[in-house]
Amino acid sequence: MDNPISEHQLVNGLQIKLKEIHTAPIVSHWLWYRVGSRDELPGKTGVSHWVEHMQFKGTEQFPATVLDKAISREGGFWNAFTNLDWTTFYETLPADKIDLALRLEADRMCNSTFKPEEVDAERTVIISEREGSENEPLFRLSEAIQNAAFDRHPYHYEVIGELEDLKKMTRDDLYGHYRKHYLPNNAVLTMAGDLETDVMLKRLEELYAQVKAGVVPPHPAQHEAPLKSERHVEVKGPGETLYLQVAYRAPAANSTDFFVMTVLDSILTGPTGLNMFGGGGISNKTSRLYRALVEKGLATSLSGGMQATIDPFLYDINVTVQPQRTPEEILDTIEDEIKRLQDTLLSSEEIARAIKQARALFAYGSENITNQAFWMGYAEMFAKYEWFSNYVSNLEQVTPQDIQTTARVYLNPARRVTGIYVPEPGKEAA
Amino acid sequence: MTAIDQTHWKSLPGPDDTRRVELPNGIVVLARSNFNSPSVVLSGYLNSGSLFEPDSQMGLSAFTAQALTRGTQKHDFQQLFDLLETAGASMGFSSGTHTTSFGGRALAEDLPLLLDLLSECLRTPTFPSDQVERLRAQILAYLGIRAQDTEENAAMEFDKALFAGHPYARPEEGYPETITAIQRDDLVAFHQKSYGPAGMVVVVVGAVDVEQATALVQQALGDWKNPAQANQIALPPVTPLKKTKRIHVPIAGKSQTDIDLGTLGPKRKSEDYLAASLGNNILGQFGMMGRIGDVVREQAGLAYHASTSLNAGIDLGTWEVNAGVNPANVERAIKLIVEELKRFVNEPVTQEELQDSQANFIGRLPIGLESNSGVANALVNLERFQLGLDYYRRFPEQVQQITTAQVLETAQRYIDPKRLVIASSGPEA
Repeated sequence: MDNPISEHQLVNGLQIKLKEIHTAPIVSHWLWYRVGSRDELPGKTGVSHWVEHMQFKGTEQFPATVLDKAISREGGFWNAFTNLDWTTFYETLPADKIDLALRLEADRMCNSTFKPEEVDAERTVIISEREGSENEPLFRLSEAIQNAAFDRHPYHYEVIGELEDLKKMTRDDLYGHYRKHYLPNNAVLTMAGDLETDVMLKRLEELYAQVKAGVVPPHPAQHEAPLKSERHVEVKGPGETLYLQVAYRAPAANSTDFFVMTVLDSILTGPTGLNMFGGGGISNKTSRLYRALVEKGLATSLSGGMQATIDPFLYDINVTVQPQRTPEEILDTIEDEIKRLQDTLLSSEEIARAIKQARALFAYGSENITNQAFWMGYAEMFAKYEWFSNYVSNLEQVTPQDIQTTARVYLNPARRVTGIYVPEPGKEAA
Repeated sequence: MTAIDQTHWKSLPGPDDTRRVELPNGIVVLARSNFNSPSVVLSGYLNSGSLFEPDSQMGLSAFTAQALTRGTQKHDFQQLFDLLETAGASMGFSSGTHTTSFGGRALAEDLPLLLDLLSECLRTPTFPSDQVERLRAQILAYLGIRAQDTEENAAMEFDKALFAGHPYARPEEGYPETITAIQRDDLVAFHQKSYGPAGMVVVVVGAVDVEQATALVQQALGDWKNPAQANQIALPPVTPLKKTKRIHVPIAGKSQTDIDLGTLGPKRKSEDYLAASLGNNILGQFGMMGRIGDVVREQAGLAYHASTSLNAGIDLGTWEVNAGVNPANVERAIKLIVEELKRFVNEPVTQEELQDSQANFIGRLPIGLESNSGVANALVNLERFQLGLDYYRRFPEQVQQITTAQVLETAQRYIDPKRLVIASSGPEA
């Protein structure tokens, strides 16, 4: 965890971060692009995620079947994620086999083929991915909340995109988006594990020498005015369970308010870590809302949190409502607890506790090399790596007054979005 | 085949760096140090599970396991979680069919706390009435969610059909009516009858010396006794399927149908296990979900997810194919999957396919065993299935010895494409 990170930039603008960790014969390699659903226009939603899928369809040098087989043969694992602000690809392999991943990523930065027949075959796969999500009441509810929470900003849409857009997407839409955004000067490459920095850097210079820089397109994201009044959505669907979600516009990740909100959330709904792999979690049974909702028999479970994003996204609280209880009772209780944060200063012990929890989550995450390489790139997508390395010390700066002020600014009931998933009993299983 | 680099394998657990001690009361302790991160993982199980509950009280074992943290003689629910959460630690219990598992993690300095709380919850739970009712409401809410979950419904029907008349047919979480009928006294009695040190395994992995880890377990649990503890229950045989059973659970309003298709598989201790496991990798895991993934997802574009799993247990196992598809494509996907199963039992896998999967099994081992929880799981399995402390060191050699003929014979022994359970759940077919 304390090993130094060496940072470099190639002439084509590719940023590189390397960290030697010689505890296991493994290397994890990540390539991050500053493109996500935040870069999409209405009518073409879901294009970033679909491009990510197409990146697994092969290049001239590495046809799809060869790629997949080559990495699996070495016992490695690889995958990719598309998020609001970024898309990332990673491979974790035995250290002596990592060159394969390096060659592959350098190649598919510009040489993916996007064959029309592959685009058509992938359309049904992606629609199927969306349909799988739609089976989950909570996906449908949070999609409706997101729609209601943003009018102009692309955060209005789910990353996977609107079904209508997925049906109409063309090969040119996808290929155009790929060539516009998959540029070395729009990417960050991070590696952690059993590697020699000098050797690795030389190899990366060789591999990326032929990839030319381009013009990174401006982000279409538009400023979103604060909500002027409370909004409410209702989603109906099959089920027996009523869910309630409350969302507030959250601070952007690079705002100091983000750290205050992180501590506040830890106290209100329980701690959330930044681990993507094997971090484990800490339960939230002593959080204020668990005590007020679950312990009082109003709800059967409760969670909350926010994502680190470039533009302000959402802080949300999710509640599984106990049968016979009403959303209004839950909302009143949430409001009471938020009011308590706004009216009464926390003790410094409560803040210290949230910080110890954050520190423990870090220790759990640092057991794993893949997680460490993930962290190195993740923070670069919305801030700088220092955002991550100073995360705990930034939390330590948070004062009871900060929590109070932040609770007043962000958790304003007049600017919240509430949503309920209403189960339709007539549609139960026969 | 890649040559096996000996230094590479030193990072895997073996007899030289794993300490195994049997305490006088029957508890087996396994410990392994890892000082790369200041954290520690606790894992293990005890000899109590849903096999010990009658049909009329299905879900009792799971209910009891979850109720252990609801209050002890020393701490009430909030005090207990205050201790854990203040330390940034976590701990939980869950019941399976044969055993009840526990797990926890903490910063290394808090291992004594974790072990003390483990001991308290296991030995002196008080099952406070108000907490039992709260937990009951939570379980019922979960069962309500389960009733609407296409994947869960397909899986439950799969088990019901495959294990008809056998305890494995029962869902471990029970049903709303059985959960509603269970009384607090039933939890107390179940705990008294089936919880004890005999057959218990405790694994500690992380930033702690192995001697110290064992001593701490001894201190926390070494004096636990329960003369009333029941023995494991012998299971009846499973009646093999005579023909394919097709079941559909309709849930209106869903966008996707989940398919769970398969048959019995080898148990973990079976000599067939490794060949079946390599075969399974070829069939539905390797690369982008193996042959099944290739046919259903890559070629036909029918599903985002289509893969296979071999679930080898203590007494029996299952061999399953899972896929989520558009309701209009269900029968087409099933047909493609069954065709692949026919091919799998009619012709041997190619030498190249086998070598790919062998290399995959060997190469992925150090990656899977990188974190404390990965090692802890591995050690739990060593003990649960009596594989021997040198298992992971011997593993590459054993994998390399499997032949394509063995994979075919094993596939034929377990999979008959004319006798499958095909369960699905989604909108009305």
